[in-house]
Amino acid sequence: MIRVTLPQHLRTLAGVDGEVLLDVGEPPTQGSVLDALEAQYPVLRGTIRDYGTAKRRDFIRFFACGRDLSLDSVSEPLPEEVASGAEPFRVVGAMAGG
Amino acid sequence: MSGVRLLVGTKKGAFVLTADGTRKKWDVTGPLFTGWEIYHLNASPVDPDRLYASQTSGWFGQIIQRSDDGGETWETVGNEFVYDGVPGTHQWYDGTQHPWEFARVWHLEPSPTDPDTVYAGVEDAAMFKSTDGGQTWQELSGLRGHRTGEQWQPGAGGLCLHTILVDPNDENRIVIAISAAGAFRTDDGGETWQPINRGLRSRELPDEEREVGHCVHRIAMHPSHPETLFMQKHWHVMRSDDGGGSWQKVSGNLPSDFGFPIAVNANEPETVYVVPIKSDSEHVPPDAKLRVYRSRTGGDEWEPLTKGLPQRHVYVNVLRDAMGVDGLDPCGIYFGTTGGQVYGSADGGDTWTAIMRDLPAVLSVEAQTLP
Repeated sequence: MIRVTLPQHLRTLAGVDGEVLLDVGEPPTQGSVLDALEAQYPVLRGTIRDYGTAKRRDFIRFFACGRDLSLDSVSEPLPEEVASGAEPFRVVGAMAGG
Repeated sequence: MSGVRLLVGTKKGAFVLTADGTRKKWDVTGPLFTGWEIYHLNASPVDPDRLYASQTSGWFGQIIQRSDDGGETWETVGNEFVYDGVPGTHQWYDGTQHPWEFARVWHLEPSPTDPDTVYAGVEDAAMFKSTDGGQTWQELSGLRGHRTGEQWQPGAGGLCLHTILVDPNDENRIVIAISAAGAFRTDDGGETWQPINRGLRSRELPDEEREVGHCVHRIAMHPSHPETLFMQKHWHVMRSDDGGGSWQKVSGNLPSDFGFPIAVNANEPETVYVVPIKSDSEHVPPDAKLRVYRSRTGGDEWEPLTKGLPQRHVYVNVLRDAMGVDGLDPCGIYFGTTGGQVYGSADGGDTWTAIMRDLPAVLSVEAQTLP
C-alpha cells in the first residue's frame, strides 16, 4: 500500500485523520497515486491538480524520502521506499502568505 | 415571529448569525470551513434551508458547499468550473492578451424559483449555472464570448464577475457586472448578452464613455422594480430606470462617490444605501468616520447615518458583497468591514449596533428573512 500524507485542510475535506493508504498498481507514479487518491476521495478533485490540465496547483508540492518531487515527470516511478510503503508520499501546501 | 439569518463570509471562514424578528440578540455559529476564504454564502429565496457557499484558497482552489438544513450541516458539491471550448484571451494589466484562467467563485445567486438552480460569478470573469443543486456546472459562455471579451481587463482585485441580479418576474433576464469590464444583461437566459454601460463615464479610460472597460463595483435592484438599477461604480453612484439601457449620475451630496457596496431598502424601492470611501488610492472612510449614507429619493439627496457607528479613527473598508438587507418591516440593514466588525440596523439605518467584532476581514454579508 502507498502511504500518502495530506495537509490539514485536505484531511478535513476528505474526512481523514493521519495518513491515507492507497492501493496503486505497479510501479506507482505521481500520476497514478494522485489518480487513486482522487478516486478514493472525489472531494479532493481540483484541490491538488487543476481540472482540465491536471497540472499541479502552484502552491502544492510533493515530497518523499527527503526529496522534492514536484518537478518530476508525473509518469516517473516513485522511489522504491514509497512503492514499498516504507516512506510516505507527502502532499504539502507551500509556505506562502500570512 | 419571523427571524433573520445573516450569512457572513470572511477571509478565514464563515459565520451564521441568527436572531428573531426583534433583531436584538444574535446567536453565532462558526467559524465554518475554518482557514478558508469564504467569498460568498447565499440562500435560496424559495427554500430557506438551502444554502450555498463558495469556499476558496490560493493553495487548494475552489470548493462549493451546500446545506439543506439552514447551515447546520454542509456537504461538498461540484467544483469543476471549466470554461466552454477554447478559453481564449482577455486583456492583461499591461495591455497584452492573457489566457482566461479560472481562479475562484466570487458570487453565488440561487434562482428565485428553483432551489436546485444556482448561478456562479467567477474570476476570470464568466457565468456558470447549475440546475442540480451545485453538483455540476455549465458555463453560460455567450457572455465570455461576447465580441468585447478580448478587451476586458482585470481590476485590482482580478477580472471578477461579482454581481448577479435575476429578474424575479422573468428569470431569462439577468444583469451582471464585472470588474473592470462593466455591466451586461441577457434577456434570453444567458445565451446572448449586451453591454449596458451607456451613460457611464470613467476618466481612467482613454475614451471615457467607451462601451466596456468600466469598473463597476456593485449593482442593486429592488425586486418589485427590476427595471430600476442602482450602481456603485469605482467612482460615481449611478441609476438606471430602463434595465441598464442608460445611466444617470446620482452621487449628489455624497462626501465621496467612491465606494463598493450598494443596497436597496426591502420596503422602499427608492431608499438606497452606500458606504462612501475616500478615494481609489485610499480605501478608508472620509474623515475616518464610518458613515452609511441613505437616500430616500432614489439618489442625489443623501443623509449620513452615524448613530451607533464609530466616528473617530476608522480605517476599515466595506467590500462590494458585504452589505445586505432583510425583508422585515422596518427593514434591517447589515454590513461587514475589513476590520472584522458586522454592524446591523433594525430600523432602516437610523441606529446601528455592532453585532460582531474581531472577526477576520469580512468578504460578504447576506441577510436571509426566515418564515
